[in-house]
Amino acid sequence: MTFTDTLPTPAPAGPGPLAIDLRGLHKSFGTVRAVDGIDLAIAPGEVVAFLGPNGAGKTTTIDMLLGLARPDSGSVSVLGLDPNRAIAEGRVSAVMQSGGLLKDLTVGETVELTASFFRASRSVGEVLARAGIADIADRKVGKCSGGQQQRLRFALALLPDPDVIVLDEPTTGMDVEGRRDFWTALRTDASRGRTILFATHYLEEADAYADRIVLVSHGRIVADGSAAQVKNLASGRLVTATLPDVTVAQTAALEAIPGVQSVELRKDRLLVRTSDSDGVARHLLTATAASDIEITARGLEDAFLALTGDTQGSAA
Amino acid sequence: MSAAAITTVRPVDRTPRTGLLNGPFLTIELRRLLRNRRTVIFTLIMPPVFFLIFGTADMYTTQSVGNGNVTAFIMVSMALYGAMLATTSGGASVSVERSQGWTRQLRLTPLRPSTYVFTKVLVAMVMGLAAVVVVAIVGLASGATGDAGALAASLGLAWVGSVVFAAFGLFMGYLLPAENVMQILGPVLALLAFAGGLFVPLGDGLFADIAKMVPTYGLAEIVRAPLTGETPSIWAVVNVVGWAAVFVGGAAWRFRRDTARV
Repeated sequence: MTFTDTLPTPAPAGPGPLAIDLRGLHKSFGTVRAVDGIDLAIAPGEVVAFLGPNGAGKTTTIDMLLGLARPDSGSVSVLGLDPNRAIAEGRVSAVMQSGGLLKDLTVGETVELTASFFRASRSVGEVLARAGIADIADRKVGKCSGGQQQRLRFALALLPDPDVIVLDEPTTGMDVEGRRDFWTALRTDASRGRTILFATHYLEEADAYADRIVLVSHGRIVADGSAAQVKNLASGRLVTATLPDVTVAQTAALEAIPGVQSVELRKDRLLVRTSDSDGVARHLLTATAASDIEITARGLEDAFLALTGDTQGSAA
Repeated sequence: MSAAAITTVRPVDRTPRTGLLNGPFLTIELRRLLRNRRTVIFTLIMPPVFFLIFGTADMYTTQSVGNGNVTAFIMVSMALYGAMLATTSGGASVSVERSQGWTRQLRLTPLRPSTYVFTKVLVAMVMGLAAVVVVAIVGLASGATGDAGALAASLGLAWVGSVVFAAFGLFMGYLLPAENVMQILGPVLALLAFAGGLFVPLGDGLFADIAKMVPTYGLAEIVRAPLTGETPSIWAVVNVVGWAAVFVGGAAWRFRRDTARV
């Protein structure tokens, strides 16, 4: 499988620096290479999903991006600044996966307290409203649901009116409705021109809310492209059929069908990977003697595995 | 799309706040403290109750220790115990905040770690003052008498000296991973108070010699000095300065590790 539609590094259109500029990032914990050479350039205003299975190195990359962890090698720059500087100036803020809230404070107090850390910030009422939690300002944080706590973290991230917001698996542990509300709030906010990078292991989230998807696996970027491109990659199907004595002409005909990515023969069992399973099935049923046709969806995990295998194979 | 077009025009002063004092932070921290019923009971109610049990016998109200009666002597001891409890638990509250991930969250804000620690110590000292005042009110209302200046000096020293235990609390808060670090420190402080002669006189002997080494001993002697009229020994001063150095150094060491990039 080939998916090399890596976007060219977006050149900053103006004199301004890139929103996020990661170069040659490496980070190991003992013998585990958590991040194994990540280069990522994100232009101001992009909404980017950092998509990958658990353990792909997303959180470690984000920790380095925010100055919480120091890379073994490589450089990190946020809006042309050192990450700690960018944080101190309130130009980047983050919504972390879990924790980070005091259970004995109320929602309003948490925002009020965090606002006091900045020289200038948006008002408490405004960020509560924009995160959709103005109605629970008096509730103790410990009594809030996971979704409400996450929207509180989002409200805190909005306080400095940052140019860049980084979110690490922001919807973990939320129900469907909470998830939708959260993304609606975020997407509305993104339309104001903020740069957003969010980590997720849900393809649907990446597809629905990002302009660009960066697929990571084993600490490396294995694909980088538009949402449609990456979605297509994972939405492919596998069509299998029994077809004895396959001729070269027959496989060539199959390969010529639009959407077909590969044709493989195992004894008299034919395996066709395609993004258009209907077309392949129609061809097999009408133009060949194929029987026992099966169509199976290939999950995201399969796509991840296939991509990782490819990348490592070609890189070696 | 140019960078200028998407960065909305908002002339915001983005330089981080300077200064160690942050008013809203201090206010909310004090509010949290008062909401914590366990802390209030342990630091504001226990010391005066101990005072009433140990210090109000008829004999004590008539017996003099120099510039005051024995009841006043026990009152300032209990004031020091209360202040110690309050400042230690104030300092140790960083452990709860670390375990909840709050200190990590703070690293994603411009709050300077030094402001955080300063505020924690300030809040601990406010609680320490409250503990001293409560014991003083109960003490003066139940028979503690003496030279007003000597009483005020002793109570003041109890409060100021308890800053050593704010550093102790911080050190332990950064050192111990336990979420309820005060369940460990409470008994430790009671033991230190016994060894320092805050609950019962030490007398002479091996135990008294060992007691000279514990962090409460020097402070207790200095706190009682105005009341007894005796000049504190050089050992008391060495004890306080030495332990203060250990606690502040230890807290600074753990604090730096906690905020370091890994």
